[in-house]
Amino acid sequence: MAKILLRERLVPNIHILEVYSPDIARKCKPGQFVIIMPDEHGERIPLTIADWDRKKGSVTSVFMVVGTSTHKLSILKAGDEVPVFVGPLGRPSEIKKYGTVLCAGGCFGIAAIYPLARALKKAGNKVITVLDVKANYLLYWEDKLRAESDLLFISARDSFYDCKDYIPRTLKNIMKKESEIHRVHSIGCTYLMSTCSEATKPYGIKTIVSLNPIMVDGTGMCGACRVTVDGKTKFACVDGPDFDGHLVDWEELFSRRKSYFEDEIQSLCYWEKKEFP
Amino acid sequence: MTEKKEMAPELKEGLKAEFNKEWRKELRKSLPIKERTKLRRQKMPERKPEERNVDFDEVNLGLDARKAKKEARRCLDCANPQCVLGCPVGIDIPTFIKLIEIGDFAQSIQKMKETNSLPAICGRVCPQETQCEDLCTVKKATGTPVAIGNLERFIADYEMSQGDVYIPQITPPTGYKVAIIGAGPAGLTVAGELVKKGHKVTIFEALHVAGGVLAYGIPEFRLPKKTLQAEVDYLKRLGVELKTNFIVGLTATLEDLRNDGFDAFFIGTGAGLPNFMRVPGENLIGIYSANEYLTRVNLMKAYNFPEYDTPVFLGKRVAVLGGGNVAMDSVRTAKRLGAELAAIVYRRSRVEMPARVEEVHHAEEEGIEFHFLTTPTSYIGDEKHQVKAMECLRMELGEPDSSGRRRPIPIEGSEFIMDVDMVVVAIGNSPNPLIPQTTPQLKVGKWGNVEVDWDTMATSIEGVYAGGDIIRGGATVILAMGDARIAAAEMDKYLNTKKSKLQGTKSKKRRAK
Repeated sequence: MAKILLRERLVPNIHILEVYSPDIARKCKPGQFVIIMPDEHGERIPLTIADWDRKKGSVTSVFMVVGTSTHKLSILKAGDEVPVFVGPLGRPSEIKKYGTVLCAGGCFGIAAIYPLARALKKAGNKVITVLDVKANYLLYWEDKLRAESDLLFISARDSFYDCKDYIPRTLKNIMKKESEIHRVHSIGCTYLMSTCSEATKPYGIKTIVSLNPIMVDGTGMCGACRVTVDGKTKFACVDGPDFDGHLVDWEELFSRRKSYFEDEIQSLCYWEKKEFP
Repeated sequence: MTEKKEMAPELKEGLKAEFNKEWRKELRKSLPIKERTKLRRQKMPERKPEERNVDFDEVNLGLDARKAKKEARRCLDCANPQCVLGCPVGIDIPTFIKLIEIGDFAQSIQKMKETNSLPAICGRVCPQETQCEDLCTVKKATGTPVAIGNLERFIADYEMSQGDVYIPQITPPTGYKVAIIGAGPAGLTVAGELVKKGHKVTIFEALHVAGGVLAYGIPEFRLPKKTLQAEVDYLKRLGVELKTNFIVGLTATLEDLRNDGFDAFFIGTGAGLPNFMRVPGENLIGIYSANEYLTRVNLMKAYNFPEYDTPVFLGKRVAVLGGGNVAMDSVRTAKRLGAELAAIVYRRSRVEMPARVEEVHHAEEEGIEFHFLTTPTSYIGDEKHQVKAMECLRMELGEPDSSGRRRPIPIEGSEFIMDVDMVVVAIGNSPNPLIPQTTPQLKVGKWGNVEVDWDTMATSIEGVYAGGDIIRGGATVILAMGDARIAAAEMDKYLNTKKSKLQGTKSKKRRAK
């Protein structure tokens, strides 16, 4: 059992979860994830690691409330325990001095891209961060990310920012302005990552995405998370989760993520009825 | 299947000593061999096919004490028991059976546990018909061997039903720490052996439940999880520490564990990498690896969805590719989850199927269809990328290949379409790559298997041993346990020589708790 140190709502529908797990905190690197199971009847789901504190022995994740598992996570309190919190899983992101790196995050990916921006900055890169939110009240961790970025942009569909761009257009604007961008990292929902990859393709800038297919064990044992990259089947949990976004078969990923769409609705209704009769 | 081999001298001695005991002599005299061979084999009671193929309760019900004693009388108590040669872990089969015959079940289970820590599991999942029972003298004489496996299961279940589990004597603590990687059949066996020798044993398991393939792979109807749990609890009572949710290689490397003070290691991480056929359309929705399908159902209890959160497809027309036990488990699971068509699709013919005869027989009784000499060449999906059909090719058998089985050859122009809405690929697994990837000095073979010295199970790194599917690729539970017994004996030897080397030196301090 792993103990919850903190669970809070950051913005509507997005929560932060800090778990006591010294072994994972000692080992984890940017780009890796954990598998969590909220209770004994729960499903094993992957969450990208957003931060850690090696001294305190804690690992932090940020998640969006979508289905049963994330609803269950969203009502946990400090001191509660979860039966599974295992990792760090997946290959860490490659961190090198590339030159200028653009980090594009949206939704839970704003947090997930944070340790990556931090590591890239530390490795001597110029880091340009782009955060995508629908509206200003959905933005979080802006200061944290600003501290690790040379430049920070926000793309939003909101009069508050006087901006109505979705992230690919913001990326294009930056790519036009900046003389040279050597690498792009994109983390967020599948749609965000696929459109970011599409936007950078004409510029020929290597774009790394952190794929989020359905997983079960997370250790390469089941193959639920298979994705096609450059025409070859890969297991996102052990071969990824980072892949070259220009080589990913996005259509397949979109469809596979929806494999259990109806079951997920049924499961959530069942849980809500039980939890809030 | 069973290799002709020599019996180890210690084993031979032990068997002989038991054989020559007075009560055994008398028991042999009490009923002549001729009479014994006339006795009919006791049938394992099982649930009716139409009753069992709709739920997940166990198919075999087990012998009762009366039947077990009757069956035990069929054993001739041979002076040179061939059955023991067929057992990868070298159980003293005649002694445990004769103890059943005289009704001393407590002694019988003790005898069993000297060599086998997991009898309730082995009694259920070992392929006895190709091992001990295949070499049984009664089989040679009458065609029907003593039901050794059923008796093994009986004695283990009997003990559990009594609620009082026998705890063998444990050697005083040696102070040595042993790390076992993977709580599958091999790892659990090594743990049981080494904890009895007084070593401090910790098992590291990646999943949240111990058992490995016994937990995620073998279905409830063949091995109830409460039986597995009882065997794991027994090891815990012996003093084994179990660390679940800990992935050696990622959560900590083998080297980290060495630095944490572990003195010897056993890698039993199994064959956890599912093979696919690499034919077009294999990533369509509704196509599972057997590992995923069985894990969802067994480990995550998807058959109780939505009470449990993990869903699984309830295919109406299900094809399972492969002819092994995993394929049988998958197809029978699909039937239980409501498939109208649950079919095995196998590229060879019936005789080449590696599955146990009993499993094939049970599957047939339950209404499973068999499509032999057939292989898929591609999958066809609907507009939602859900599989709706597979294109297949008929095969014929050619010359035997390296496995000794006749090689399937495609018949040109024999393509046909089979309508399916779910497919399970059960064509085998490769060794789990996590430990090899994160342990640079570890020597690995060309299939990704950890290389060992087969006499000692020692790997290329000192103090590190391995056994089971990580060295064999996909094999059986009992072979893994056989490897484990060899490894455990060698690890004990290794630790003891280490001890004598360390005596009188500073490092003694470290060992003192």
